[in-house]
Amino acid sequence: MQLDDLYRRVIMDHYKNQRNRGTFEDGAMTVELNNPTCGDRISLQLQVEDNKVVDAKFSGDGCSISMSSASMMTEAIKGKTYAEALELADRFSSLMKGEEVEFAEYEEIEALSGVNKFPARIKCATLAWNALRKGIGEDSLDN
Amino acid sequence: MNELIREQFPILHQEVNGHPLVYLDNAATSQKPRVVLDALRHYYEYDNSNVHRGVHTLGTRATDAYEGAREKIARFINASRSEEIVFTRGTTTALNLVASSYGGPRLQPGDEIVVTPMEHHSNLIPWQQLALRTGATLKYIPLQPDGNIDLADVEKVINDNTKIVSVVYVSNVLGVVNPVKEIAEIAHRHGAIMVVDGAQSTPHMKVDVQDLDCDFYALSSHKMCGPTGFGALYGKRKLLAQMEPIEFGGEMINDVGLYESDWKDAPWRFEGGTPIISGAVGLGAAIDFLSEIGMDKIEAHEAHLANYAMERMSQIEGIKIYGPAKRKVGIVTFNLEGVHPHDLATVLDTYGVAIRAGHHCCQPLMRWLEASSTARASFYLYNNEQDVDRLIEALVLTKEYFGDAT
Repeated sequence: MQLDDLYRRVIMDHYKNQRNRGTFEDGAMTVELNNPTCGDRISLQLQVEDNKVVDAKFSGDGCSISMSSASMMTEAIKGKTYAEALELADRFSSLMKGEEVEFAEYEEIEALSGVNKFPARIKCATLAWNALRKGIGEDSLDN
Repeated sequence: MNELIREQFPILHQEVNGHPLVYLDNAATSQKPRVVLDALRHYYEYDNSNVHRGVHTLGTRATDAYEGAREKIARFINASRSEEIVFTRGTTTALNLVASSYGGPRLQPGDEIVVTPMEHHSNLIPWQQLALRTGATLKYIPLQPDGNIDLADVEKVINDNTKIVSVVYVSNVLGVVNPVKEIAEIAHRHGAIMVVDGAQSTPHMKVDVQDLDCDFYALSSHKMCGPTGFGALYGKRKLLAQMEPIEFGGEMINDVGLYESDWKDAPWRFEGGTPIISGAVGLGAAIDFLSEIGMDKIEAHEAHLANYAMERMSQIEGIKIYGPAKRKVGIVTFNLEGVHPHDLATVLDTYGVAIRAGHHCCQPLMRWLEASSTARASFYLYNNEQDVDRLIEALVLTKEYFGDAT
């Protein structure tokens, strides 16, 4: 196992300088999700308009993989429609299965590809994405 | 402790990620010595049969092995008789049995159940549920800043409304040994019963349930060199005799009519269905193995390793150790500043060092420690100073790795 596959510089950068960390004052859709096996928690907030993610923020506590994944995910989904955001989430799942996937919109996500060599850590990487699916999945059902 | 003990654990002699395995996750589960593995194999190869039913030779052998294990457990924790040992799937099932069978019919609004914030979820949720079902109140004995319990606090929390006190003997996070004998005395003075979660004490120290004077004591096989899925509940004979079974069918019956039935005496009334016979066989062999080495020796060895580990760890800048400054048991819980425990555990794993990271099934305690999760190294009789050295070496490398990664 090569540690550098897991902890690439770009991941550590997102961990130390988390993008979109914080909360909106009001009016945002909030999704809370935790990983009961390890205690990691995330609260994802989305500003949505007409089935579109206008802006995103997150807060919570977790390891470098879960937090950097959340940081990248919130960057990637800004301005995306629900359908586009869900498609990104599907591609992220493929990445975790070890498939070759490109994220032209936000290439940094590809740095997380090494996580698939550390099966115990896949749940860390998918936490924020699962919160996204839960949030916009339930919101689309309402409409 | 010496190499001869290590030799008896086949699993320890392998490489993980290119390094010799250092297994320091013993509080989660222990490894199994060859005598236990052999006993399981021998049982299935030569003696496998159902218990208490067959009049044939194999049936007798299986029953002897099963009931023999009951006697071994009774002797191991110094119960006064083997009928006080109920076989269960483990500590969790044992504690749930007490909550449902003893607590369920006896508690009502106004009654109080007393626990501590350091309980494992297994010794917390059954009582939460019992309180919710019966309207009883759940109360907590507060912890001192180092994680110890002060008996003066126990005196304040337990009163004449208290019906059940349930406390972990050894914390799987803080490594403290709780004064359960003294707490039992206070509980009894107020007419309450004393339940002890022995999951983390039974494998590591001499236990005497009569000396503790606890009413119930729960243990798991897999943390003490035995197989998973098996454990036991000790209960005072008088109390077990008053309790109704919670599972019905199979082995637990005495006489069955078309519309009504009655049950065997305790402990068999609590063991419905075909029991985990191989579990009893394996735990019996594990108890023989541990007894031959001596629990006092095991306890001293682990305390030495824990204190040696804490001493060496404290020389690494940025390490925070939780719990008292000196250990009687082999559990060291810690955090390395700037490195999340999951990242720490992953890096240690690449050096072949297995530790636990997370909330350790103790979420209320994590909140009390103001940590979302922690790393934990836990030792057993087969660990040695070299394992500690390898842990320290890997911790230093982890610190360097994350220091450089930014």
